[in-house]
Amino acid sequence: MAAPESYPDGLLYHHEHDWARIEGDEATLGITWFAQDALGEIVHYEAPDVGAAISMGEAYGEVESVKAVSDLISPLSGVVLEVNAKATGEPETINEASYGDGWLIRIRLTDPGETARLMSPDAYRAHVATQ
Amino acid sequence: MPQLRRTPLYDRHVALGARIVPFAGWEMPVQYEGVIGEHRAVRGDAGAFDVSHMGEFEVEGPRALAFLQGVLSNDLDRVAPGQAQYTLLTNEQGGIVDDLIAYRLDAFRWLLVVNAGNRDADFAWLKERELRGSDVRDVSDDHALIAVQGPRALERLGLPQAPAFTHAPATVDGIEVMACRTGYTGEQGVELMCAESDAVRLWDAVLARGVVPCGLGARDTLRLELCYPLHGNDITTDTDAISAGLGWVCALDKEFTGAAALRAVKAEGPARRLAAFVMAEKAIPRHGMAIREGGEVTSGTHSPSLEVGIGMGYVPAALAAPGSTITIDVRGREARARVVKKPIYRKEEGTDGGS
Repeated sequence: MAAPESYPDGLLYHHEHDWARIEGDEATLGITWFAQDALGEIVHYEAPDVGAAISMGEAYGEVESVKAVSDLISPLSGVVLEVNAKATGEPETINEASYGDGWLIRIRLTDPGETARLMSPDAYRAHVATQ
Repeated sequence: MPQLRRTPLYDRHVALGARIVPFAGWEMPVQYEGVIGEHRAVRGDAGAFDVSHMGEFEVEGPRALAFLQGVLSNDLDRVAPGQAQYTLLTNEQGGIVDDLIAYRLDAFRWLLVVNAGNRDADFAWLKERELRGSDVRDVSDDHALIAVQGPRALERLGLPQAPAFTHAPATVDGIEVMACRTGYTGEQGVELMCAESDAVRLWDAVLARGVVPCGLGARDTLRLELCYPLHGNDITTDTDAISAGLGWVCALDKEFTGAAALRAVKAEGPARRLAAFVMAEKAIPRHGMAIREGGEVTSGTHSPSLEVGIGMGYVPAALAAPGSTITIDVRGREARARVVKKPIYRKEEGTDGGS
């Protein structure tokens, strides 16, 4: 069962419905409540390889529901340090806890200045209201 | 784009929080709570589907049987009043104009239930070929149709057991219906036809009996696990019944449109066959994906029962045997799949499957 709608403080947001939690020169990435709700029950997470370089605004993987496929758009550029094995093994976790156990990858930032181009929780909530 | 149509239950779907999508010219619920839960409700208990978008034709007259025998592939001589039959409307090349169920109402009267997206084309097709003494009428707008499917469907509705592919008048909480022991899920169940004006009352009565509302999403995963073809995807005017594995609904010993072409395909053996497959690695096949050995995926999804990617597609006949390995192009990545015997999913013992 999916969690209630929320866009937590302390995260930065990309308009393609991804979030980033910045921890020094690393970041944890995932999809927002809005994204998982739009997709429905997620049954497959196609993750990138550890060590892969990913770029802000570009696809780094895919999530699939029974009916649809969606690209995962990276909110920041970096190198993949870790893939969340719980999310690949039990993709429903992404619906249940999109900001917690359902995180997708951890990266080392290659351009920390990009964080200035992401949205605050308030700005992202306003963006979602227009969707 | 023409205006999308709504069934009499549209407001009920919205009130239940359904996600509404365009389908075959209609605004239909694709899911309420979620496809997987709805799928499991039908496999384990009972689910209700609004299928009022489907087309219904009445064919009546002293020559109705002779007319239908000439345009439909299966043998209606074997169908008595109170019985029904799955059959194909075929073209001269043996292609499939539509698949449908023919219900015999009495000696001279039949009801055909056809796919929503083919309603107008089917009607025109039948009208062109009508015989003197057989009258075809489109009665779709007079009726609503609610499918109630699952091992507890009859029990929940308070309806008696009846053999598959039969129909009888019945009442559900005082509402008069034609209860048809047919469906598209592989589970025991009924399709309830009622007057358009009774649709909302019937839907409410069915749900009040603990039946779970289900959308088109679950309808698709349920039918694909059973390898029931979807017209427009798995079978079309360009695919023939023999290659599609539907030779069992073609009475090749009678004359009907395209029979000669189908006899030829059967005699020579089809070049390709509609095979069912299960992914051997984590990937979900989708309609239109190429099969490297030849052909393409005609239907694909995630199977909620088996928790694996499943699909059907036309493959070279030599690869259609169970146990063969095929390779699907999943957006540029090659994923292996194993051809399996149909159906992909089988009920455990003790239940009555097959509609």
